[in-house]
Parts: sequence; structure tokens; C-alpha cells
Amino acid sequence: MKKMMKKTGVLLLLLFPSFVMGGGGGGVHLDTAPVDLSDNESLKNGAKLFMNYCLSCHSARFMRYKRMADDLGMSDQEVLDNLVFTGAKIHDTMEIAMPAEQAAKWFGTTPPDLSVISRARGDDWLYTYLRGFYVDPSRPMGVNNVVFKDVGMPHVLQGLQGKQTLQEDGTLTVDGSGSMTAAEYDKAVGDLVNFLAYVGEPVKAYRMTLGWYVLGFLLILLIPAYRLKKEYWKDVH
Amino acid sequence: MGLRETEATGVVGWFDQRFPLLKVWNEHLAQYYAPKNFNFWYFFGSLAMLVLVIQIVTGIFLTMNYKPDAELAFASVEYIMRDVEWGWLIRYMHSTGASAFFVVIYLHMFRGLMYGSYRKPRELIWVFGMVLYLALMAEAFMGYLLPWGQMSYWGAQVIISLFGAVPYVGEEIALWIRGDFVIADATLNRFFAFHVIAVPLVLVMLVFLHIVALHAVGSNNPEGIEIKEGPKGNRWSETAPADGIPFHPYYSVKDIVGVIVFLMIFSAVMFFVPEMGGWFLEKDNFVPADPLKTPEHIVPLWYFTAFYAILRAVPDKFLGVVAMFGAIIMLFILPWLDRSSVKSIKYKGMISKLALAIFVVAFVALSWLGTQPATPVATMFARIFSVIYFAFFLLMPFYSKMDKTKPVPERLPEH
Repeated sequence: MKKMMKKTGVLLLLLFPSFVMGGGGGGVHLDTAPVDLSDNESLKNGAKLFMNYCLSCHSARFMRYKRMADDLGMSDQEVLDNLVFTGAKIHDTMEIAMPAEQAAKWFGTTPPDLSVISRARGDDWLYTYLRGFYVDPSRPMGVNNVVFKDVGMPHVLQGLQGKQTLQEDGTLTVDGSGSMTAAEYDKAVGDLVNFLAYVGEPVKAYRMTLGWYVLGFLLILLIPAYRLKKEYWKDVH
Repeated sequence: MGLRETEATGVVGWFDQRFPLLKVWNEHLAQYYAPKNFNFWYFFGSLAMLVLVIQIVTGIFLTMNYKPDAELAFASVEYIMRDVEWGWLIRYMHSTGASAFFVVIYLHMFRGLMYGSYRKPRELIWVFGMVLYLALMAEAFMGYLLPWGQMSYWGAQVIISLFGAVPYVGEEIALWIRGDFVIADATLNRFFAFHVIAVPLVLVMLVFLHIVALHAVGSNNPEGIEIKEGPKGNRWSETAPADGIPFHPYYSVKDIVGVIVFLMIFSAVMFFVPEMGGWFLEKDNFVPADPLKTPEHIVPLWYFTAFYAILRAVPDKFLGVVAMFGAIIMLFILPWLDRSSVKSIKYKGMISKLALAIFVVAFVALSWLGTQPATPVATMFARIFSVIYFAFFLLMPFYSKMDKTKPVPERLPEH
């Protein structure tokens, strides 16, 4: 055990030189995600894509259907009819049926929960990642990714985007076999990332609005407080 | 009947007959005579108290829903963020408050450095303050483990492993602190206990001592002039220092302005950029702790990085730990290093002014270097700034004595 402890110590020591802020892209250029939390249509479309393409392997186990229904202005029934494919009830969180051990066997790793993925990876990373799959026959799923090298995830949106090829100069070209044009696909992924940004912090849009009211209140409060101070200090010389 | 004599009547009178209510009020507020020339830098003492209260109150509400359990901790934080009424606000207040605490404390300490507030007769106030600073670092370090994200986990793993560098007993100490061979549920539980009970009690007690000592000897001021040694008699009292004004109402109304401005900055961060671009809430901490997956980059939060840079600047691990703690010990012995005949930087000479300026640059630079990869160039700079850090303190007995000073007037220039 002592030996093992020593080994751990050495390993930890080796980590020291690489202590840096942030992390993520690994030097790859990230495209700016068109995130707009006030765009309800985009969020709804993102939700649809999320439920159809993501929520079979990935859970969002901190996100409740009911919360989404309320925030996106949908009725409970609308959500249950159109967006819940797992037999969940409206107050449930977005869980999946796939067992984690099985998933690890299939994909080499357990697909991560997506509740706060936008906060861990960043919106731009997700936007670039979901548009960055390319054909790579050497990989088990037949695809690789420009921002996440040797990723275990298959390109689940390939039916929409078509197959991409990585050119020598590092650019990606699409073969046109998908059901969407390049612009349509970018828009769809934009909506999906927008939805993931919302799921990452459902209260974000509200807190941004509330912040202005709080600052306004404090600004108004500052006026009598400052005048009170002036009044008291008049006679201090 | 054994009751205390009092001038007060009514409810206040009833209490004052049984408790030194007016005495405490007068000694610490209404008849505590503070120098009338406090400037901007004197806001940060009361602001530190405000942040302490914010942290304690929000902390109490967080514990109502937080679960100190390795299996549940991460999820319980997200539960607070989503399902608890106003939980997100309480959590952001607490996370923003942690960084705000250090911003305020660093400015408060800088004030002390500038105006010689650590000099006789205030050495003990300074030492209490330094113990407070140490306790605050322990509080922040243990609190950061609680969200149980990747950075919580690996940050704690790395820092505790530092104890392993102590010869002979190091590994045993690290094991004893963790309660397991790696950071685990046992560590989380004990850190929770320390974070919510033990250290806060110490903090509150030390704040009490810090203020009792301050009010016993009286406040310093930007001129470094002892108003108690000057002429007596002001509008309120014949025996009070002529250059003093009652803390209440003068400084209480002034501090309210400071509090509101502070809350505006605090709210702007909390509502619009609670992550502060990764400086207050790190990205990797939104990934649940995974003992099998080491993050690419592990970095302590910004308020520790100066000392972290000093640690890394030393090639030997154990000596690095010694240097890191030595850097903090320097601050403790500061009152006995300064041999200048004057307190305030205003009356000190060029050497002292330059020394303080270079020290501030070195501290900021070290803080930044502590967040960067230790490339050869960065390490070289970290070494240079570490030497400057120590030189500021260790050479102070010499340069503070030989430095030319200006004559200090007997009374505040504004009188």
C-alpha cells in the first residue's frame, strides 16, 4: 500500500506542470454558437431534436419535463404527447432506460449526463463538436471528430447532415446524403445547443432580467444613503 | 435590588439594568472616537463583516438541501440550482461571496500595509487578522470540495498530497487528513463538518477578538498619526481625542454608502457573470468528481494562486511547501520587521514606497503565474517574483530604517 501511495504521489507531482485555467478545445478553433435563450421557437426545436436524438443514450437527470414545459410555454399534455418518449410522468426528470454498464460496453464509455454539459464544455464547443464529425473507418463507429479526437459517440445526426470528409487542409466537406442542407443543419444544431444551454441553467434568462431590477433598486437606494452621509458630514471639518 | 444604575428608561432601561447595553453601544459605536480622515481604503473592514454575514446566512440555507455524501453531493447542488425556491440565488450568493471575501480581505490587508496599521500598538490586531486570513483560506479550501465536481476533487487531492512531502510522517499525515487513501466520502464528510461548524466558529470568534483589540487601542488612519496622543476635547466629549469623531453616526452612515456600492458590484457579478469567466466557478467543476479521470488542467481558485506559484517555483517539493508556508509566516512577523520611525507610507521615503509598489506587482504576478502552465519562462519569472516577495519582508528591517522619512505632524492635517 505504501508503494502505491508513493506512486500516487509521483503521479500527482507529474500533474503540477499542467495546472492551467479552463480547458476544452485543445487549441481547435471553435465556432460561435447562436445561443439566444429568449428565442422560444429555437428552444422548442432544440427540445424536439434533443428528445429524438440524444435522450436515448444520454440522460438529463437534473432537468424536469414540467420545468421545460413551463419555461418554454407548452402545456403538460403537449409535452407528454410530443416530447416524452420514455413513458415518464410530467414531474419526472429526463432519465433514460439504458443501463450504464451496457452503454460502457457498447461505446467504450458511459455517455455523460447532459444536464450541465453546456456549462462544462461551453456552448461553442458543443456547437463545433456536433458539426465536426467526419468519416474515419479506423474508428469503431466509423466516425471521428475534429474537437474530440477518437470520440466514442456515433454521429447520430448523420441522417440530417450527411457524411463529412476531413480534407488535407483541415476543412470539412459534406457529401449531400443528409436530409438537410448545410445551412439547415447548422440552424438545427444551433437550436439544439441553444436548448442545451437552457438545460444547463434554466434560470439564466430570468436571473439576467432580475439583475437589472436589483441594480436599479440599489441605485435608487444609493441616492438617499449618499445624501444622508453628506448631511451628517457637513459639520466635520 | 441589585439592578444596575441607568439613565435609560422604558425597554432599553429594563435591559440596561440587567445587561451593559448602553456601555457596549457607547464604547463600540456612539462614543468610539475614530479619526475623521478615513479614506476609501477604510470601507473594507465593515465590508468583510458584511460578506461574513452573507456567507453564514446563505450557508445555513444551503445546508438545508445540500447532501454531504459522495454519491449525492453533486446532484444535491444541481437540485438547489433548479428545484429549491430561490436556491440558485442562495448558491450564487455563496459562491460569489467566497471570491468577494478574498477581494475585500486582500484590499483590507493592503490598507494595513500602506498605512502601517500593523505597527505598535496594533501588532495584536494584525496577528489576529492574519489568523483570520489563515482560517479563511482553510474555510474556502474545504468549502470548495463540497460541490464534488472534478476540480473540487482533484484540487483537494493535489493540495492534501502536499503534506506527503513532509519527510518521514508526510504520507501518514495526508492519510490522516483524508481519512482514506484518496479523497473520498470520509474526506467529504469531515470537510463538511469543518466548513459549516468548526471553522465558522473560529472565524466569528477571531473577528470578535480583532475588533475588541482594535477598539482597545483605537483605529489607525491614512496619516499614521495617533489621535489619542494629540490634544483632547471635541464637540461630543472633553476627554475624547480632538481629531476623533463618533463612529456612530458618522462612519455608520458612511459605511452604508460603501455597502450599497459594494452590493451593486456584487450583484452585477452574481446576476450576470456568476462564473466570472471561470475565475469564480471553474468549468470542470460542472463535471461530477471522478477518481479515475484526472482533468487535463488542475488549478486552485485565484485567491490561492500566488502561494501556489511560490510552491512551484522551488524545485524541491518539500522545500516548496516550506516556502509556501514561509510566505504566509512573513505576514505574521511583519509588525516586527518594520523599523521605520513613521507608520504611514505618506511619510516614508522613496525606498519604502518603491518596495511596496514592487511587492504589489510581485504578488499580482505570482497570482497570475499560479494559473498558468509552468513553462521554463514562467518558472523563471515565478522564481524572480518569489525572491522579491521574500525580499520585501526580510530586507525590511534594513531599508525601513535607512529610508529617509518626512516629519509627521502632531495633528491630522485636516483638523
